[in-house]
Amino acid sequence: MLNVYLFQVLNGLGLGMIYFLISVGLTIIFGLLNFVNFAHGAFFLLGSYLCYTVVTLTGNFWLSLFVAPLGVALLAWITEQVLIKRAYHLPHTFQILITLGMALIIREASIMIWGPIGKSVPTPAGLDGVFRLGSFAYPEYRLFMIVFAAVIGLLLWFLLERTRFGALVRAGSEDTETVSLLGTNIFKLFSLTFALGVGLAGVAGVLSAPIRGAHPFLGEEVLGIAFVVVVIGGMGSFTGALVGGLLVGLVQSLMTTIWPQGASLMIYGAMAAVIMLRPYGLFGRS
Amino acid sequence: MLTVTDIHSYYGKSHVLEGVSLTVNKGELVTLLGRNGAGKTTTLRSIVGIVSPRQGSITFDGSETVGMETFEIARRGIALVPEHRGIFRMLTVAENLEIAVRSGSQWSLADVYGLFPRLWERRKNGGNALSGGEQQMLAIARALVNGPRILLLDEPTEGLAPVIVDELVNILREIKRSGVPVLLVEQNLNVCRKLADRHYVLEQGQVVYHGTAAEFDADPTIRDRYLALSA
Repeated sequence: MLNVYLFQVLNGLGLGMIYFLISVGLTIIFGLLNFVNFAHGAFFLLGSYLCYTVVTLTGNFWLSLFVAPLGVALLAWITEQVLIKRAYHLPHTFQILITLGMALIIREASIMIWGPIGKSVPTPAGLDGVFRLGSFAYPEYRLFMIVFAAVIGLLLWFLLERTRFGALVRAGSEDTETVSLLGTNIFKLFSLTFALGVGLAGVAGVLSAPIRGAHPFLGEEVLGIAFVVVVIGGMGSFTGALVGGLLVGLVQSLMTTIWPQGASLMIYGAMAAVIMLRPYGLFGRS
Repeated sequence: MLTVTDIHSYYGKSHVLEGVSLTVNKGELVTLLGRNGAGKTTTLRSIVGIVSPRQGSITFDGSETVGMETFEIARRGIALVPEHRGIFRMLTVAENLEIAVRSGSQWSLADVYGLFPRLWERRKNGGNALSGGEQQMLAIARALVNGPRILLLDEPTEGLAPVIVDELVNILREIKRSGVPVLLVEQNLNVCRKLADRHYVLEQGQVVYHGTAAEFDADPTIRDRYLALSA
């Protein structure tokens, strides 16, 4: 019985790390650019599909883990140059309309390219076994996913907290005008940050592909959860995205054992509880 | 070096600057005086391109800067220390300085820590933990490592204790001695008269007086007419 819970806790951690990677991008973009990106889930979806395509063509998952996020980030960068940067000064409602439109375009384009039926991605060779500890067994790939997401999280933390680029991103989240006054090309910083944030959703899309596959309507589902995580953790907070992601992942996973019908409900329950106690989220600032 | 010619700037529909002209030459410290709302801050914001003048010209070292982005103007060496100081509260003192460091600046990080020992002591503190005086020092230090070829200061002594004001006056003297010209907006006339080579007085978006420090000191009617309330 205890093993069942351990299994679900690990599942929850894995799910939570995926949610973290998605939400941290969303939250960094919101923090610096004050921009609401409703296409974030669609870019995640694209990451999953690109993973499928690379794995189908080459049979190499590791290549897809490298290529797909870069492809997603590149597309995000182009979109930013062409469209998004014209919307920064608009009210959030307009940004939501624009990015929701983008999300629909990406979803429909995905259906045209990959078809309406979901695609599955095989578990990568070498990680298709089972990890055993005494009587406890757990799929290797899921363990790898937790570790890999944690490594990406650490690298991201280092980038944001220990480099000049990261300091500029944090400074810009407070006051873009002063960052410009110091001679930093704020527009370039915006583009790079947008591409970085969306690229992280791409990483999450690839990591989740061998478990959940790629399906046209995955984007909407993921977007909804990402916003729950960001609301729980607090807009613009790295730590908030991590804690919020893990919390949502664990709640969802444990609930499927305890009360399967209520698993999704409880995510929103957790969100409502946090909002009531801390309106700006666990790590948010007003 | 910096020449502002007949600029007109607006906030929305309100006409804030109605033809301001001024020059700052190499090595000079020039003040911009005037009552609240006269357009002093808007003049500085127009020079750095945060507000874009609809008419007129601003040249720095011979090249036109109207229409350039703020970051491009900053890279040419026009450094503004804004009235609100613009300290990043979530960054440490050291990070506030490090993001501004530009190679080729007269002042290195070590130089400004030498100039402001308080900042060295507090380098690991967050920007939100600083007193008003420390914030002002950090804002000036940050402008110095940014490689300024001219420094624009907006009310640096506002709200600071007299001891700190004296300290800032010494720092400004030091900066002036280094050859970097300064355009200073300041309400504290004593500070201005200790430092300035020339004064401009703005009223309702226009320059109503211009004179050397000696001329200004010799004619108390100027102070009474244009500055009485704030002096």
